[in-house]
Amino acid sequence: MAFHKVNVTINGEREQVLVPSNMTLMRMLRESVALTGTKNGCSAGECGACTVLLNGEPVNSCMVLAVECEGAEITTVEGLAGENQLHPIQEALIREGGVQCGFCTPGILISAHALLQRSPNPSDDEIREALVGNLCRCTGYVRIIESVKEAARRR
Amino acid sequence: MTIDAHPALPEFEYVQPPTLSEASGFLASHSAEARPFLGGTDVLVRMRDGFLTPKFLVDVKKLDGTSSLRFDPQAGLTVGAGVNMNRVIAAPEVRAHYPLLAEACQSVASYQLRNRATIVGNICNASPAGDTIGACLVLNGVLHIHGVDGSREEPLATFFLGPGRTTLRAGDVVTAIHLPLPPKGCAGRYLKLGRNKLSDLSIVAVTALGYPDPDLISRYRFRLALASVAPVPLIPAQAEAYLANQSITPDSIHEAAHLAAEACTPIDDVRGGARYRKAMVRNLSAKALNEIWERLR
Repeated sequence: MAFHKVNVTINGEREQVLVPSNMTLMRMLRESVALTGTKNGCSAGECGACTVLLNGEPVNSCMVLAVECEGAEITTVEGLAGENQLHPIQEALIREGGVQCGFCTPGILISAHALLQRSPNPSDDEIREALVGNLCRCTGYVRIIESVKEAARRR
Repeated sequence: MTIDAHPALPEFEYVQPPTLSEASGFLASHSAEARPFLGGTDVLVRMRDGFLTPKFLVDVKKLDGTSSLRFDPQAGLTVGAGVNMNRVIAAPEVRAHYPLLAEACQSVASYQLRNRATIVGNICNASPAGDTIGACLVLNGVLHIHGVDGSREEPLATFFLGPGRTTLRAGDVVTAIHLPLPPKGCAGRYLKLGRNKLSDLSIVAVTALGYPDPDLISRYRFRLALASVAPVPLIPAQAEAYLANQSITPDSIHEAAHLAAEACTPIDDVRGGARYRKAMVRNLSAKALNEIWERLR
């Protein structure tokens, strides 16, 4: 199987990664770049735990081939916080109790961040719709939705 | 013993031909072992689960014109094969002239997935459940196909042969779906029944479109397309013909919905039973037709 050289910018850092054809973006992030914040939940585009921003838009990184990412900009959960400052959506999730086991949290953060970028004051329905691809088995979602509203208020 | 719940993708080669002709040539010369590749949201899952084992995935989503969405006030809308569903939903021309298409796209999976999923991919998978196929059928969609002998157009209505089977031949690449300008004064509705309110595959789904047509006895034409109730996306021609020759009343809509259900040959599967599916086609068809009739009259 052929290997491909892929030039990507991950959380602002330029990287060149050698990837086989069958490597997904999710595996590249976790195994080649050691950014394990991106989680492998279902590997089928259903659970959203591997959600990252690809050129500014959220995608399931398990459904993207690494080789397709030549020249792309990628933001993972590790890229959300500033130097000494959590991202407002991270702070809101902590404050509002939107985190329990934490496995879905990286994907929730990325999806919520992307939602607030395209719709700074989302309605409850918009928040639910935006997070429909992020499964959480702990919280029952209510506190996650409250967290997104709280982040929107504080932005 | 270790159990890997999420095996990696099997080995394959990723190929990105520089032109459509080369893509067609490559696909034709590796016909049994190469597949065109768009958003990958279906093919990657089926490869991981071992149902598909192509040697080559041929990425065709950045080739000549496949990434453009074009609207012409006379000719209509052309959605390139590589255009993802969120782009379709957000396009002002789609919202203004093809709200039914946007409604159908919006019902697909999640926002993340729609950033990768494409309408042409949805069509080429030829699943009877394909959410965007019904809208493309009732809007008289035409596929633009590039093959080894050059380009051709093919109506969507005769494209499907069975689950996963289409009229495509080795070397064919679908480059776009074209939707002519919708009939004046039309109203459409996509009603999808899933196991949850958002994001699931359909148990059944009904696409309906209605518009004034003074040549008909009813003075209105209604189009219907049904998902997940037959080996292919189904147009219940008898129900459509019945409504063309009646005045539109609650009773005639009820009868047309009955005819739509009678046209179905659903199966029992994990998402629902055959009898339930027929009953739901009747109910959803009646609901969609009534809603559209309220908007048209």
